[in-house]
Amino acid sequence: MFIVGELINGMYKQVAKAIADKDKVFIQDLAKKQVEAGSFALDLNCGPQSKDPLNDMIWLVETIQEVTDKILCIDSTKYEVIKKAVEIAKNKTMINSANAEDEKLENLVPLAQKHNSALIALAMDKKGIPQNKEQRLELAAKIIGFTQESGFDMQNLFLDPVLMPINVAQAQLVEILDTIRDFKILTEPSPKTIVGLSNISQGAKARSIINRTFAVMGLSYGLDSAILDPLDKKLIDAIKAAELVLNKNIYCDSFLGA
Amino acid sequence: MELEYIEKSSNSITSVILGTGSTSLKVGGEDALPFLYREGKNVSLPIIAHEVFDSAPSDWAKSLKDEFKSVINKPIEWALYCKNELNAKLICLRLSSAHPDFGNNSADKLAKLCRDIYAKVNLPMVIIGCGDDKKDNQVLPECSKALKGKNCYFGNTTIDNYKTIAASCIADGNGVIAHSPIDINIAKQLNILINEVGLPLDKVIINPTVGALGYGLEYAYSIMERARLAALMGDKMLALPFICFIAQESWRAKESKASEKDNPDWGKELERGIYWEAVTANSFLHAGADILVMRHPKAVEIVSKAIKELTNKGIK
Repeated sequence: MFIVGELINGMYKQVAKAIADKDKVFIQDLAKKQVEAGSFALDLNCGPQSKDPLNDMIWLVETIQEVTDKILCIDSTKYEVIKKAVEIAKNKTMINSANAEDEKLENLVPLAQKHNSALIALAMDKKGIPQNKEQRLELAAKIIGFTQESGFDMQNLFLDPVLMPINVAQAQLVEILDTIRDFKILTEPSPKTIVGLSNISQGAKARSIINRTFAVMGLSYGLDSAILDPLDKKLIDAIKAAELVLNKNIYCDSFLGA
Repeated sequence: MELEYIEKSSNSITSVILGTGSTSLKVGGEDALPFLYREGKNVSLPIIAHEVFDSAPSDWAKSLKDEFKSVINKPIEWALYCKNELNAKLICLRLSSAHPDFGNNSADKLAKLCRDIYAKVNLPMVIIGCGDDKKDNQVLPECSKALKGKNCYFGNTTIDNYKTIAASCIADGNGVIAHSPIDINIAKQLNILINEVGLPLDKVIINPTVGALGYGLEYAYSIMERARLAALMGDKMLALPFICFIAQESWRAKESKASEKDNPDWGKELERGIYWEAVTANSFLHAGADILVMRHPKAVEIVSKAIKELTNKGIK
């Protein structure tokens, strides 16, 4: 699984403080830990408390690429922040995120294309999060149509069905799994699929077990990628075991150490 | 309409350097299956290692022995002959005389031999022990010390015997040949274990074990192919170059050895041996072999030509 480490996010108090204090050591250490744990990309989000998201994001990008060459996932709702970050980044980038709104697609698809950046696109629009599989597929089809017309490399498109918390929308989760499988067959070559894994256990008590169970189930439905906590060792081990069962990796006795 | 199906890999094979300076060689680095130049760059060419023994081999076919008659008892001259007459770029030295039952030569003596050959020939070297774990653990660390900093590769390390050899290679700036018995799971496991000891992955070459034509070639081929596909799809612990001991297998085949007198229908003994070696080698090129360990100059010539033809079309 293409793992995007989620921990550099201003929603966490310590991270917000490190961003405010420009504490390089803390952020770089967190980046290195996530890479060592198997992240291929690192999500960067300044958080709601940031007073100057543009400069905070620039600082995060520059600070983190000093210690890793992994992909930087620029997580912001503001176009100016994303634009500046992908422009100054030396590492490969991933934009988090577009959705099916015209304005988002018109801005972010050319930007991603110009900088050879990957693009996460959520299957939602101005009307909000869809309530069923058909709506999700319709929005995904719109995103794929737009990207194809722009000549965007499908390998760089990550479709997100928008994962709902289990204590809010339990009945939708089976549909979301089905949606992941259907995303993969919307076009050939297939787009990638991604979820923000922790969403599923938002507000729940036993979060880790819910997260890793969905990760394993998602993999069996064709989930390529997830934004998750790579320091949750049980989660990473479950993913590695699932990849063996799905014959995506070769078994060996020390597979957890690979 | 031309049907086009192009696979893009998400991972590439680790590049491994053998030797140092102007004679050094780079293997690996593939980002597609062999010779598919529309799918990837496949920057490095497969390389042939010329096999040199530290003592005259007793079990070789007469036709093969005759070819090396003048040097077969003189490993330094043998290696020089490979370099000067056969245009060798890589020497594979086999220390069979270390074996307790076949000479029991000492670690000091063989370390000196390694040093002398390197000094005279100045080519990258792969050094293979006698196969007796206990003796290899005495001999190979001494040889590694004698070739300190020369970036040579020592083997075979196996799942039961890798620590001593890997540790001395770390200390001396050399690398290892990781040997598994036509078993993809063990190949991966051994790479992880060697890596955990502290040897970086770019100092490891996989010896997956091969079989000659008619003697398990297809099975060995399919294991290599599966490992290479897994590697290109992202399995870093299998994404290492392969070394294939072609001649060792092909010249053991009955078809290479049996005399013309006993089998008049089979044609000339020498031709059979050469073709058996060349066909075996050519097949493993397509399975992803990066280094082919070979013996007969004619077989080497045939395979070199094949490599050239297969790569010329791709590399612009």
